[in-house]
Amino acid sequence: MALDPAFVGREYPACAVYEVSREKIREFAVAIGETDPVHTDPEAAKAAGHPDVIAPPTFTTIINLAAINTIVTDPALGLDYGRMVHGDQAFTYHRPVVAGDELTASSTIEAISRRAGNDFITLRADIADAAGRPVVTARAQLVVRDAEEA
Amino acid sequence: MSETTAPRVAVGDELPAIEVRITRADLVRYAGASLDFNPIHLSERFARSVGLPDVIAHGMLTMAIAGRVVTAWGRGELLDYSARFTRPVVVPDDDEGAALTVAGKVAAIDEEDGARIARIALSAHFDGKTVLGKPVARVRLSD
Repeated sequence: MALDPAFVGREYPACAVYEVSREKIREFAVAIGETDPVHTDPEAAKAAGHPDVIAPPTFTTIINLAAINTIVTDPALGLDYGRMVHGDQAFTYHRPVVAGDELTASSTIEAISRRAGNDFITLRADIADAAGRPVVTARAQLVVRDAEEA
Repeated sequence: MSETTAPRVAVGDELPAIEVRITRADLVRYAGASLDFNPIHLSERFARSVGLPDVIAHGMLTMAIAGRVVTAWGRGELLDYSARFTRPVVVPDDDEGAALTVAGKVAAIDEEDGARIARIALSAHFDGKTVLGKPVARVRLSD
Protein backbone atom coordinates (compact mmCIF):
# COMPACT_ATOMS: atom_id res chain seq x y z
CA MET A 1 0.00 0.00 0.00
CA ALA A 2 1.47 3.34 -1.02
CA LEU A 3 2.06 5.85 1.75
CA ASP A 4 0.46 9.23 1.21
CA PRO A 5 3.12 11.75 0.07
CA ALA A 6 1.02 14.48 1.70
CA PHE A 7 2.64 13.41 4.97
CA VAL A 8 6.01 14.79 3.84
CA GLY A 9 6.87 17.73 6.05
CA ARG A 10 4.58 16.64 8.85
CA GLU A 11 6.09 17.35 12.25
CA TYR A 12 5.53 15.42 15.43
CA PRO A 13 5.87 17.14 18.81
CA ALA A 14 8.83 16.51 21.08
CA CYS A 15 8.69 13.31 23.08
CA ALA A 16 8.93 13.26 26.88
CA VAL A 17 12.25 14.41 28.30
CA TYR A 18 14.89 11.67 28.32
CA GLU A 19 17.31 12.10 31.20
CA VAL A 20 20.72 10.63 30.39
CA SER A 21 22.26 8.80 33.35
CA ARG A 22 25.80 7.58 33.95
CA GLU A 23 24.47 4.09 34.53
CA LYS A 24 22.52 3.95 31.25
CA ILE A 25 25.62 5.12 29.38
CA ARG A 26 27.65 2.42 31.13
CA GLU A 27 25.02 -0.22 30.30
CA PHE A 28 24.99 0.83 26.63
CA ALA A 29 28.80 0.91 26.38
CA VAL A 30 29.05 -2.58 27.87
CA ALA A 31 26.35 -3.86 25.50
CA ILE A 32 28.32 -2.75 22.42
CA GLY A 33 31.70 -3.85 23.82
CA GLU A 34 33.01 -0.30 24.16
CA THR A 35 35.66 -0.17 26.90
CA ASP A 36 36.94 3.43 26.70
CA PRO A 37 36.69 4.81 30.27
CA VAL A 38 35.28 8.15 28.98
CA HIS A 39 31.97 6.23 28.96
CA THR A 40 32.22 4.84 32.49
CA ASP A 41 34.64 6.90 34.60
CA PRO A 42 33.77 10.57 35.25
CA GLU A 43 37.42 11.38 36.04
CA ALA A 44 38.60 9.91 32.74
CA ALA A 45 35.87 11.86 30.94
CA LYS A 46 36.93 15.11 32.65
CA ALA A 47 40.57 14.45 31.78
CA ALA A 48 39.42 14.18 28.15
CA GLY A 49 37.71 17.57 28.40
CA HIS A 50 34.10 16.49 29.01
CA PRO A 51 31.92 17.63 31.93
CA ASP A 52 30.94 14.03 32.75
CA VAL A 53 30.91 10.60 31.10
CA ILE A 54 29.91 10.77 27.43
CA ALA A 55 27.69 8.39 25.51
CA PRO A 56 28.93 6.23 22.61
CA PRO A 57 27.97 7.64 19.18
CA THR A 58 24.88 5.50 18.60
CA PHE A 59 23.45 5.93 22.13
CA THR A 60 20.68 8.24 20.95
CA THR A 61 19.17 5.28 19.09
CA ILE A 62 17.22 4.89 22.35
CA ILE A 63 15.51 8.25 21.80
CA ASN A 64 15.44 7.94 18.02
CA LEU A 65 13.67 4.59 18.20
CA ALA A 66 10.98 6.04 20.46
CA ALA A 67 10.51 8.91 18.00
CA ILE A 68 10.29 6.49 15.06
CA ASN A 69 7.72 4.38 16.89
CA THR A 70 5.54 7.43 17.51
CA ILE A 71 5.37 8.12 13.78
CA VAL A 72 5.10 4.63 12.37
CA THR A 73 2.21 3.83 14.70
CA ASP A 74 0.32 7.02 13.74
CA PRO A 75 -2.99 5.52 12.55
CA ALA A 76 -3.44 8.40 10.07
CA LEU A 77 -0.24 7.38 8.26
CA GLY A 78 -1.41 3.78 8.02
CA LEU A 79 2.02 2.19 7.82
CA ASP A 80 2.13 -1.62 8.02
CA TYR A 81 4.51 -1.93 10.96
CA GLY A 82 4.92 -5.71 10.58
CA ARG A 83 6.38 -5.21 7.08
CA MET A 84 8.77 -2.46 8.06
CA VAL A 85 12.55 -2.80 8.21
CA HIS A 86 15.26 -0.30 9.09
CA GLY A 87 16.93 0.65 5.79
CA ASP A 88 19.56 3.08 6.92
CA GLN A 89 20.57 5.32 9.78
CA ALA A 90 22.59 8.52 9.94
CA PHE A 91 23.65 10.63 12.89
CA THR A 92 25.00 14.17 12.78
CA TYR A 93 26.70 15.20 16.00
CA HIS A 94 26.55 18.76 17.29
CA ARG A 95 28.22 17.79 20.58
CA PRO A 96 28.65 14.56 22.58
CA VAL A 97 25.77 13.38 24.75
CA VAL A 98 26.82 13.76 28.39
CA ALA A 99 25.44 12.21 31.59
CA GLY A 100 22.93 14.65 33.07
CA ASP A 101 21.62 15.79 29.69
CA GLU A 102 17.86 16.22 29.47
CA LEU A 103 17.08 15.44 25.85
CA THR A 104 13.97 15.74 23.72
CA ALA A 105 13.39 14.65 20.14
CA SER A 106 11.08 16.40 17.70
CA SER A 107 10.43 14.44 14.54
CA THR A 108 9.66 15.27 10.95
CA ILE A 109 8.76 13.14 7.95
CA GLU A 110 11.35 14.28 5.42
CA ALA A 111 10.56 12.11 2.42
CA ILE A 112 8.20 9.43 1.16
CA SER A 113 8.89 7.55 -2.04
CA ARG A 114 7.95 4.33 -3.70
CA ARG A 115 9.99 2.08 -5.93
CA ALA A 116 10.03 -1.58 -6.92
CA GLY A 117 6.94 -2.30 -4.86
CA ASN A 118 8.35 -0.88 -1.62
CA ASP A 119 7.55 2.28 0.28
CA PHE A 120 10.46 4.32 1.61
CA ILE A 121 9.99 6.85 4.38
CA THR A 122 12.72 9.10 5.78
CA LEU A 123 12.29 10.41 9.32
CA ARG A 124 14.41 13.05 10.99
CA ALA A 125 14.66 13.39 14.76
CA ASP A 126 16.11 16.65 16.06
CA ILE A 127 17.49 15.83 19.47
CA ALA A 128 18.06 18.88 21.64
CA ASP A 129 19.14 19.60 25.21
CA ALA A 130 17.18 21.37 27.98
CA ALA A 131 18.29 24.77 26.61
CA GLY A 132 16.91 23.84 23.20
CA ARG A 133 20.36 23.58 21.62
CA PRO A 134 20.87 20.82 19.04
CA VAL A 135 22.81 17.77 20.24
CA VAL A 136 22.24 15.10 17.59
CA THR A 137 20.28 14.99 14.36
CA ALA A 138 19.21 11.42 13.54
CA ARG A 139 17.86 10.35 10.15
CA ALA A 140 16.35 6.95 9.53
CA GLN A 141 15.06 5.49 6.30
CA LEU A 142 12.45 2.82 6.83
CA VAL A 143 11.38 0.40 4.13
CA VAL A 144 7.88 -1.07 4.06
CA ARG A 145 7.61 -4.11 1.84
CA ASP A 146 4.36 -4.64 -0.01
CA ALA A 147 2.19 -7.54 1.06
CA GLU A 148 2.68 -10.55 -1.19
CA GLU A 149 0.04 -11.01 -3.83
CA ALA A 150 -2.41 -13.73 -2.84
CA MET B 1 49.34 20.53 19.53
CA SER B 2 48.79 16.84 19.80
CA GLU B 3 50.44 14.96 22.66
CA THR B 4 51.01 11.91 20.53
CA THR B 5 53.86 11.42 18.15
CA ALA B 6 51.60 9.67 15.65
CA PRO B 7 52.15 10.95 12.12
CA ARG B 8 49.63 13.27 10.57
CA VAL B 9 46.57 11.45 9.27
CA ALA B 10 46.74 10.83 5.52
CA VAL B 11 44.44 9.44 2.86
CA GLY B 12 44.87 5.68 2.69
CA ASP B 13 45.66 5.26 6.40
CA GLU B 14 44.10 2.08 7.76
CA LEU B 15 42.33 2.04 11.10
CA PRO B 16 43.00 -0.96 13.36
CA ALA B 17 40.47 -3.66 12.43
CA ILE B 18 38.47 -5.64 14.99
CA GLU B 19 36.82 -9.03 15.07
CA VAL B 20 33.88 -9.43 17.41
CA ARG B 21 31.76 -12.46 18.21
CA ILE B 22 28.07 -11.71 18.70
CA THR B 23 26.19 -14.29 20.75
CA ARG B 24 22.55 -14.60 21.74
CA ALA B 25 23.51 -13.26 25.18
CA ASP B 26 24.92 -10.14 23.48
CA LEU B 27 21.59 -9.63 21.70
CA VAL B 28 19.68 -9.85 24.97
CA ARG B 29 22.08 -7.39 26.58
CA TYR B 30 21.82 -4.98 23.63
CA ALA B 31 18.03 -5.26 23.53
CA GLY B 32 17.89 -4.17 27.16
CA ALA B 33 20.43 -1.38 26.73
CA SER B 34 18.84 0.05 23.56
CA LEU B 35 15.21 -0.71 24.48
CA ASP B 36 14.80 -2.42 21.09
CA PHE B 37 12.76 -5.51 21.86
CA ASN B 38 11.83 -6.48 18.31
CA PRO B 39 11.35 -10.28 18.57
CA ILE B 40 13.35 -10.97 15.38
CA HIS B 41 16.38 -10.38 17.63
CA LEU B 42 15.19 -12.61 20.46
CA SER B 43 12.92 -15.38 19.23
CA GLU B 44 13.92 -18.01 16.70
CA ARG B 45 10.27 -18.95 16.28
CA PHE B 46 9.31 -15.39 15.44
CA ALA B 47 12.33 -14.81 13.17
CA ARG B 48 11.47 -17.90 11.11
CA SER B 49 7.82 -16.86 10.91
CA VAL B 50 8.86 -13.71 9.02
CA GLY B 51 11.14 -15.59 6.64
CA LEU B 52 14.52 -15.18 8.35
CA PRO B 53 16.85 -18.19 8.70
CA ASP B 54 17.27 -17.61 12.45
CA VAL B 55 17.52 -14.82 15.02
CA ILE B 56 19.41 -11.82 13.60
CA ALA B 57 21.47 -9.13 15.31
CA HIS B 58 20.09 -5.61 15.65
CA GLY B 59 21.36 -3.56 12.70
CA MET B 60 22.05 -0.80 15.19
CA LEU B 61 24.26 -3.18 17.23
CA THR B 62 26.33 -3.91 14.12
CA MET B 63 26.52 -0.17 13.45
CA ALA B 64 27.56 0.50 17.06
CA ILE B 65 30.31 -2.15 16.94
CA ALA B 66 31.57 -0.77 13.61
CA GLY B 67 31.67 2.69 15.17
CA ARG B 68 34.14 1.40 17.77
CA VAL B 69 36.80 1.25 15.05
CA VAL B 70 36.46 5.02 14.62
CA THR B 71 36.25 5.95 18.31
CA ALA B 72 39.19 3.68 19.22
CA TRP B 73 41.25 5.36 16.50
CA GLY B 74 40.79 8.56 18.50
CA ARG B 75 42.19 11.05 16.01
CA GLY B 76 39.52 13.72 16.38
CA GLU B 77 35.90 14.64 16.95
CA LEU B 78 33.18 12.56 15.30
CA LEU B 79 30.95 14.79 13.15
CA ASP B 80 28.63 12.28 11.56
CA TYR B 81 28.17 8.56 11.09
CA SER B 82 25.85 6.71 8.73
CA ALA B 83 25.23 3.22 7.37
CA ARG B 84 22.72 1.20 5.41
CA PHE B 85 21.53 -2.17 6.68
CA THR B 86 22.02 -4.38 3.66
CA ARG B 87 22.28 -7.93 5.00
CA PRO B 88 21.37 -9.50 8.34
CA VAL B 89 23.90 -10.94 10.78
CA VAL B 90 22.44 -14.33 11.69
CA VAL B 91 23.22 -15.35 15.26
CA PRO B 92 23.05 -19.09 16.02
CA ASP B 93 22.10 -20.44 19.44
CA ASP B 94 25.60 -21.63 20.39
CA ASP B 95 28.62 -20.40 22.35
CA GLU B 96 30.52 -19.11 19.32
CA GLY B 97 27.83 -16.81 17.95
CA ALA B 98 28.42 -14.85 14.75
CA ALA B 99 31.84 -13.45 13.82
CA LEU B 100 31.75 -9.84 12.67
CA THR B 101 34.87 -8.15 11.31
CA VAL B 102 35.16 -4.40 10.90
CA ALA B 103 37.89 -2.46 9.13
CA GLY B 104 38.24 1.15 8.12
CA LYS B 105 40.46 3.48 6.19
CA VAL B 106 40.79 7.16 5.49
CA ALA B 107 39.08 7.61 2.14
CA ALA B 108 39.40 11.38 1.86
CA ILE B 109 40.48 14.47 3.76
CA ASP B 110 38.65 17.73 3.13
CA GLU B 111 39.61 21.19 4.29
CA GLU B 112 36.66 23.04 5.84
CA ASP B 113 37.03 26.38 7.60
CA GLY B 114 40.66 25.70 8.35
CA ALA B 115 39.96 22.26 9.82
CA ARG B 116 40.89 18.92 8.28
CA ILE B 117 37.91 16.57 8.03
CA ALA B 118 38.65 12.88 7.42
CA ARG B 119 36.08 10.69 5.73
CA ILE B 120 36.44 7.17 7.09
CA ALA B 121 35.11 4.37 4.90
CA LEU B 122 34.30 1.39 7.09
CA SER B 123 33.54 -2.16 6.07
CA ALA B 124 31.70 -4.75 8.14
CA HIS B 125 31.73 -8.42 7.16
CA PHE B 126 29.89 -11.46 8.45
CA ASP B 127 30.25 -14.88 6.85
CA GLY B 128 32.42 -13.40 4.10
CA LYS B 129 29.77 -10.91 3.06
CA THR B 130 29.30 -7.23 3.64
CA VAL B 131 26.50 -6.42 6.11
CA LEU B 132 26.57 -2.61 6.21
CA GLY B 133 26.21 -0.55 3.04
CA LYS B 134 28.45 2.51 2.76
CA PRO B 135 29.25 2.86 6.47
CA VAL B 136 30.96 6.25 6.64
CA ALA B 137 32.12 8.43 9.53
CA ARG B 138 33.48 11.95 9.27
CA VAL B 139 36.00 13.09 11.87
CA ARG B 140 37.39 16.59 12.47
CA LEU B 141 41.06 15.77 12.87
CA SER B 142 42.87 17.06 15.92
CA ASP B 143 46.35 16.80 14.34
